[in-house]
Amino acid sequence: MKIAFASGKGGTGKTTVSLNLALALSDVQLFDCDVEEPNCNLFLGFELEKVEDVICSVPVIDPEKCSLCRRCSDFCRYNALAALPTKVLVFPSLCHGCGGCTLLCPEEAIRESHRFLGLIEKAKEGSSPEFYRGLLNIGETMVSAVIKKLQKHIDDRKTAIIDAPPGTACPVIASIEDMDYCVLVTESTPFGFHDLKLAIDVVRALKIPFGVIINRYGLGGSKVEEYCKTEGISVLLKIPNDRMIAELYSRGIPFIREMPEWNEKFLCMFEAIKSQLAGGKEART
Amino acid sequence: MKICITASGEGLDSEVDSRLGRCSYFVIYDTETKLMESISNVSAAVSGGAGIKAAETIANAGVNVLLTGSVGPNAFSIFSEVGIDVQVGVKGTVREAIRQYEAGELESISSPNNVPHSGMKKGSGMGRGKSRGR
Repeated sequence: MKIAFASGKGGTGKTTVSLNLALALSDVQLFDCDVEEPNCNLFLGFELEKVEDVICSVPVIDPEKCSLCRRCSDFCRYNALAALPTKVLVFPSLCHGCGGCTLLCPEEAIRESHRFLGLIEKAKEGSSPEFYRGLLNIGETMVSAVIKKLQKHIDDRKTAIIDAPPGTACPVIASIEDMDYCVLVTESTPFGFHDLKLAIDVVRALKIPFGVIINRYGLGGSKVEEYCKTEGISVLLKIPNDRMIAELYSRGIPFIREMPEWNEKFLCMFEAIKSQLAGGKEART
Repeated sequence: MKICITASGEGLDSEVDSRLGRCSYFVIYDTETKLMESISNVSAAVSGGAGIKAAETIANAGVNVLLTGSVGPNAFSIFSEVGIDVQVGVKGTVREAIRQYEAGELESISSPNNVPHSGMKKGSGMGRGKSRGR
């Protein structure tokens, strides 16, 4: 089973919850899909090794063969090619590597080179949980390509936990679209509530079954809880606004390690997700 | 001599737009024939590479001078490649911008004077968790 933890608003506790659940379960893989700033390993401290580079094909144009027909430039929806009066210029940083220009070129004047977008790393063999993360090169914008490459390492025989990036745009879609279930982690602040509704729009559009975790419960108002009740959305877990949890976080310790009573709560949540999925579509409104 | 001005509308009396990639029209004026042409900017609403597309359109229109507000590095490399003189600091109407140019009140730039994506309206970036609340 593949479960993603997303949020809308940043800093609501996606990583905290992903880590704690991964530590509560066995036979589990944890993927840090926030490839712009992966932070799971701050709490795990694993020794990481490189698995592979993530690359993107980019066109290289042979000016001798190019007839300036403009087909490549007209085709490229990312505007990575500019057909000028005397030559075609390529802007590799805008290229998404679809290869369309190469296929279309009637003169076969385009060959493909590649550029590096980032890399995939994993924790040394025998680490528990099994841990993978993506790392996007600084200044690079092709986030989704790194996330997709990272998710190729999902082993269908195991439980996969995906720590998604914040927001509701392409990196989030890339992280959650192939999931069996999505947990939206929120807090009952005006900002948390606002972005939760945006995130709910996303998971509903993608038709992914979902539930909500309210973190720092007790902080802010009761709007999130009331909203979930009205909408028939299951609240899977409430994590109190607790000083001990905050302190452990600040020291880089997943709180389940020092507060073993949470083990049971995370396992219960996992069972609740499984039964929601088994039970059908009532939460899939 | 063909002059291109980035503008918010068609014709000499429309307002100049300081944005290159996201302006609505390119008004092109020929100082010799006194003929004027307005080209709609097809890249004004694309998700990325608007500056490149705009520069490509301008380069293919046979323009000698561009009057605008700011130019990023990608577009600037196109103007350098085809030898278009980029002058910035325009204000008012297209007609006024042409007058400023002819009076020598504008200055050519020899390097980009802006960063990419600057013409995107505030808040139109696609929610990459800018307010990450951390």
